[in-house]
Amino acid sequence: MNDKIKKMALDFRSYKLDRDVSIMEVCGTHTTEFFRTGVKDIFPGRLRLIDGPGCPVCVTPNDYLDRAIEIGRVHSPIITTFGDMIKVPSSYSSLGMEKAQGMDIEVVYSPMDALELAEKNDGREVMFLSIGFETTAPTEAVAVREARNRNIKNFSILAGNKLTPPAVRALLDAAEVNIDGFILPGHVSAIIGANAWRFISDEYKKPCVVTGFENYDLIKGTSVLLDLITGGKTELLNEYTRVVRDKGNVHAQEIMWSVFDVSDTAWRGIGVIPGSGLALKSEYASFDAALKFPVTPPPVKEHAGCRCGDLLRGVIIPTDCPLFGKACVPERPVGPCMVSTEGPCSAYYKYGRV
Amino acid sequence: MNGKIMPGHGSGGKLMNEMIEKTIKKILGNDSIQIDDSAILNIGSKKIAFTTDSFTITPIVFPGGTIGSLAVNGTVNDLAVMGAKPLYLSCALILEEGLEISVLEEILISMKKAADYAGVSIVTGDTKVVGKGKGDKIFINTSGIGIIEEVQRRDIEPGDLVIINGAIGDHGIAVMAQRNNLSFSEGLVSDCAPLCFLIGSVMKKYPESVKFMRDPTRGGVASVLNEIVKGRSFGIKLVEKSLLIKKEVHGVCELLGIDPLYVANEGKVVMIVKKDDTGAILDIMRTVKEGQDSRIIGEVTSEFPGRAYLETGIGGKRILPLLTEEQLPRIC
Repeated sequence: MNDKIKKMALDFRSYKLDRDVSIMEVCGTHTTEFFRTGVKDIFPGRLRLIDGPGCPVCVTPNDYLDRAIEIGRVHSPIITTFGDMIKVPSSYSSLGMEKAQGMDIEVVYSPMDALELAEKNDGREVMFLSIGFETTAPTEAVAVREARNRNIKNFSILAGNKLTPPAVRALLDAAEVNIDGFILPGHVSAIIGANAWRFISDEYKKPCVVTGFENYDLIKGTSVLLDLITGGKTELLNEYTRVVRDKGNVHAQEIMWSVFDVSDTAWRGIGVIPGSGLALKSEYASFDAALKFPVTPPPVKEHAGCRCGDLLRGVIIPTDCPLFGKACVPERPVGPCMVSTEGPCSAYYKYGRV
Repeated sequence: MNGKIMPGHGSGGKLMNEMIEKTIKKILGNDSIQIDDSAILNIGSKKIAFTTDSFTITPIVFPGGTIGSLAVNGTVNDLAVMGAKPLYLSCALILEEGLEISVLEEILISMKKAADYAGVSIVTGDTKVVGKGKGDKIFINTSGIGIIEEVQRRDIEPGDLVIINGAIGDHGIAVMAQRNNLSFSEGLVSDCAPLCFLIGSVMKKYPESVKFMRDPTRGGVASVLNEIVKGRSFGIKLVEKSLLIKKEVHGVCELLGIDPLYVANEGKVVMIVKKDDTGAILDIMRTVKEGQDSRIIGEVTSEFPGRAYLETGIGGKRILPLLTEEQLPRIC
């Protein structure tokens, strides 16, 4: 820990705010890293951090998992998924529970692992649960393109990727919560570019800062945002220039758009946001698990009392939810925000209860 | 809670502890089962430490060890951390039909090498074969006994220091990298090793100064600390900048979003020691091969009783929660 960062931390801790300030982050990794690095613990007085819809697992509504599980029950593909989805409750079950009852479910680290599995098991269908934001979408696009190039017919994805800027726009339009500024996601911005967020400053007149994930980045990004807020400035600034360029990773974007089209998709707690999702282009229809494995999932059921939706819009923080830490705990989650490693409730439960 | 065994029941965290208390111990004997690294039994005039452990690791051969050497060192260490001198092990093999005999031989050779190095004898065992698909190549159970002079469990109080004999996270990350063919796994090696010499050398000179010892295997250092503070009037503060984490381990953890404090170690011991004797104890540990990087990593405090917490590099604090299930890499 060098002296420069120690000094920054001290200055940050003693930042003087003459009014209450609320800032929102929209990235699951920011949610956890603010806690894990201890930066949240040294927040200046009167600063409030609200967690937004930055957890891809959390914002995926129940019907996605209901469909995945029903496909597993009816068509029996090998279901491959990021590990985080295993524990998330669906309307009636979870992938973990289904796995314990014999459903063939494998945790993979990347969609290419799922493709390799399909290649090695040509007698079985392999379905990959494609969720995530713009950070993972290019890798999912690569897997689908490779499947076509290698003529691997027993591979498909259940498309569930979402785009983050439309969700932020929807929150700003709803104006349910007073947000003075935004901490913008470093990983997503690495793909889409800092310029993709310019609408926040230019149209909605809110300051925003692209921020990384090390303790230095979090302190710097938040300090710079506070400077903008207290100075009455409505700029977009990039404090993660070592990774994020103005136009982002153009190559990754090209790959993504070569496989996916924009679609309208539902976000937990927000509803359908036009143009906020990714669907496979028609030329890749043979890799679309929703078409390949038609099912009628059971009626969607939301768990009584679950306030994940309000949380993801920033209306409440985890400790405001009456179920938090009581009926809803990581080993027995009611909603995804408690079980996802990037979920706000999980972060508060793990790190915030000192 | 649903009525099926889930992977979390074997992960060393909250789910497993609940199952042990509410189901296993309740049925098998609340009064007879001792929940510690080894059970302490009085047989005649002798105090014997007795322990058992089963090993199901995959892959069965990994950088720095095999399921065989793990099975020996794991059980040796469960005896050593109670203060026992490990003497004899049993070895029960469950072999899957189709396992190459040459692979079995490789595992047994590594067991013998580990046992010889640790100074223990494998004196009895058992062999079973299960049908193809009914076992994952090989499972091993080892039970062990050792003689104990004085059980190394004493009253812990604020001011005591927390020490460890080196870097954390090596074993779990090395195995994870191998298991998942992570291409950036160069330089990741398990720390699988016996702790009996390290602990023995400390106890010889400072038999009264060690308050508690445990090897931070599944669940990692943070889980051990949580076990120590549970229900107690003191807390334990870990100091982030004092932790030694190899850059390869740090890199994999950063990439996958895994916390090294919860990753398994197989050649490490966390000790709570009297503050005044810490310097001298560390000097002794550093003369032993398995203790060259020994260091203070925290202290017992009166702040936050019943909690283990971390003082981060920038001076913030955060809790180290009890693990509920195994860690899974993040998505985004």
